[in-house]
Amino acid sequence: MDMNEIKEIFFQECEEQLAELESGLLKLNDGDRDPETVNAVFRAVHSIKGGAGAFGLDDLVSFAHVFETTLDCVRSNRLEPNQDVLKVMLKSADVLADLTNAARDGGSVDQARSRQLIKELEALANGELPQASAAEPAPKAAAPAPAPVAAPPVNEEGFQPVAFSFEDFEADEPDLIEGTCYEIIFRPKSELYAKGNDATLLLRDLSRLGAMSIHCDMDGLQPLDRMNPEAAYFSWKISLKTDKGEDAIRSVFEFAEWDCDLDIALAGGGAVDACEELPMQPVPFDLSMLDEAAAGSAEEEVQIAARDRAAAVSAAETASNVLQMAQSSTRAPAEAQKNATAAANAAAQQAASAATPTIRVDLDRVDRLINLVGELVINQAMLSQSVIENDTNGTSSINMGLEELQQLTREIQDSVMAIRAQPVKPVFQRMSRIVREIADMTGKSVRLVTEGENTEVDKTVIDKLAEPLTHMIRNAVDHGLETPEKRLAAGKSAEGTVRLTAKHRSGRIVIELADDGAGINREKVRQKAIDNDLIAADANLSDEEIDNLIFHAGFSTADKISDISGRGVGMDVVKRSIQALGGRINISSKPGQGSVFTMSLPLTLAVLDGMVVTVANQTLVVPLTAIVETLQPEASAIHSFGATQRLISIRNSFCPLVDVGRILNFRATQANPVEGVALLVESEGGGQRALMVDAIQGQRQVVIKSLEANYTHVPGIAAATILGDGRVALILDVDAIVAASRGQSLKPEMSFAAAG
Amino acid sequence: MTYAAKNLTTGGRELIAFRVGDQEFCVNIMAVREIRGWTRATRMPHAPSYVLGVINLRGAVLPIVDLSARLGMKPAEPTVRHVIIVAQVKSQMVGLLVDAVSDILTVRDEEIQPTPDISSEFEKSFARGVLAIEGRMICLVELEAVFPQEEREAA
Repeated sequence: MDMNEIKEIFFQECEEQLAELESGLLKLNDGDRDPETVNAVFRAVHSIKGGAGAFGLDDLVSFAHVFETTLDCVRSNRLEPNQDVLKVMLKSADVLADLTNAARDGGSVDQARSRQLIKELEALANGELPQASAAEPAPKAAAPAPAPVAAPPVNEEGFQPVAFSFEDFEADEPDLIEGTCYEIIFRPKSELYAKGNDATLLLRDLSRLGAMSIHCDMDGLQPLDRMNPEAAYFSWKISLKTDKGEDAIRSVFEFAEWDCDLDIALAGGGAVDACEELPMQPVPFDLSMLDEAAAGSAEEEVQIAARDRAAAVSAAETASNVLQMAQSSTRAPAEAQKNATAAANAAAQQAASAATPTIRVDLDRVDRLINLVGELVINQAMLSQSVIENDTNGTSSINMGLEELQQLTREIQDSVMAIRAQPVKPVFQRMSRIVREIADMTGKSVRLVTEGENTEVDKTVIDKLAEPLTHMIRNAVDHGLETPEKRLAAGKSAEGTVRLTAKHRSGRIVIELADDGAGINREKVRQKAIDNDLIAADANLSDEEIDNLIFHAGFSTADKISDISGRGVGMDVVKRSIQALGGRINISSKPGQGSVFTMSLPLTLAVLDGMVVTVANQTLVVPLTAIVETLQPEASAIHSFGATQRLISIRNSFCPLVDVGRILNFRATQANPVEGVALLVESEGGGQRALMVDAIQGQRQVVIKSLEANYTHVPGIAAATILGDGRVALILDVDAIVAASRGQSLKPEMSFAAAG
Repeated sequence: MTYAAKNLTTGGRELIAFRVGDQEFCVNIMAVREIRGWTRATRMPHAPSYVLGVINLRGAVLPIVDLSARLGMKPAEPTVRHVIIVAQVKSQMVGLLVDAVSDILTVRDEEIQPTPDISSEFEKSFARGVLAIEGRMICLVELEAVFPQEEREAA
């Protein structure tokens, strides 16, 4: 694995950490004061800083460090995470994301913004507690710190030892603590320091678990002129008496576990007394280990070499910081105890949440697996079909085996599909940043409410969702919501609400974006459409039709072009990208109350439970989720309505009858309803329709195949599938059929033949 | 030395020639993915008349175009003897229904004559040139012109 690959993994992890950071901050913003949430946020920034340090990403490290310092104040209850603090932190999270992206793609960052935020963060950390920065020494400077701190007095260089004590970290009366005695040997490697971890901080965290005594082994220390300020020369032998388990100890070293040798053993079989009687032996310390580590990180060293000198210079300074920290740490024992408990709780929760290990897989491999399983399902269906045709003995072992195979195939398919399904959460989270930015730019006060973040949808859909959603969110805040003054004047709260929801419906994912703004100004839209020759001046349009005008190319109701919108990317682009995903978008707007955009997207690649039907000698699949019931119409239930329409009466209500074969142009005249079967379907708009088909073949699970890959979008058809006999069958787009039966055109907007 | 072999040594290009009705056409061999027999296609609603429907090509949905109808000639009545040329046009795959594949030709660029000055714009748009080979006239088909990729949105 070369450096670039490692770096790529780091950036992937950064993405996760950033998501974690943002969701944690948002939770805090909503009033969550769980210490674990704070810890998670801190961890995220800390991990980014550590990784960035290893790769020499200076900008990222320095920003993350300031951020982390401020977060540490929150973590240690020295800074109350109120709305103002969180506002700064959320912005800092944005900048951190920018810096990460810049480090990955080489782009530039808004330097002024990051400098400003560094100032704000420092102000927060210092304003509340002037000592705050001392509690968290600079990560790079921390590396050489142990040298001056713990240098033995017998040093020929005439080095003055600096007194350093861990006493303050220890609980006051260790003997009163019930617990097990552990013997921990902690040997950091150079990487630990290179990643911005600090052994003293780890030891301090450890001290919160119980009573402990620490012995530093400094046999490995080199004379000053041979000393590498980046290397690690010390190891510690720690006797810890704690009532927490080994897991709690391990979780202290969670960030450092790859970068140190850690031996945790029960001392004297766990007897409480053993702690005190433990003979102190010199800790064996193998210097060749350091050499290995140094060789392994040679490349890293080149990258960070520039900072080595600076680090060395600041070593003395850090030492005094550490000392200061030790001296100023005069917390009451009760508080120390409380902290220890909190830390232990957090550690326990941390251990629980870390229980789901994940694996990173190339998307192509998953795709291949999904395709293969799709083929397997088809083959299994083919096999079933031929066995049924050839074997009349229903109880034969073949049939039983086949049934089992069917079940297995289905399970495999479900599992494989689940691999690609992901919650929409990351996309939704990204939107909160957009809202913040636009709100800042426009001076509006906006609250983003998200619902159904855990709704799962295929990864490809998620990836393609971000762009149209971003655009719509921008529109909602910029055009949709009024200014706080206008809102107050209209009798609304000054803060506007944008609501983003996701849910499953009829085998599709429905994403709704609602704002409580002024709604669409229909007069303005209409006038604009007339000006642009989209409609005739005297055209009589319904409200709905006017609303839909905003999807036309080059249509913007913004009075002036702003930074945010009106840059030539209109709602037409949103509509097109949604359609490219096989989705639809609808608006409903109420003047003064806001607008709702509803996007309905397919769960692509997903498997569909379908009703296989025959229409005009063609085999079609109707998604089962859309079907409410099926019925055999009787002649007395069919009523003509005008010249062309027919209604069917179902339990005393009348439902329009739609001949699928006719509407898809498979036949020229309407079929006789009495000879067919009616499928009562419910569409997205809530309306019911009775779809007439010729016959029902049965229910089957089908694999969705894209029509668009080699053909084009076909109105009324959602996708294709391959049946057991190897032939292609089309999957009906029920909503589009219902819409067409309402009089909307089912003519292709895009045509395969358009340019011919 | 055969005609084809003679040209191959001089660095010509390879074309697949096929028959549609009583005329001969050819396409660049690089665009051809495979050649297979006719199987019944599933009809597509609202499809242009020359799109016969779609078939299953090892799990992918492949549209089948009746080249005869597409070129404005008599629509084919597909039989088992008909052949489907699976061709790649940009990122999409398309199946061309033709009567039979006749030849693999190796020609040099200078052997391709410009399309004769004929009145019909339609023929000119899909013909990239003509070849005179052993007394036959073979029309080099521009696949991208026959199957436009970038469909324009209806106004």
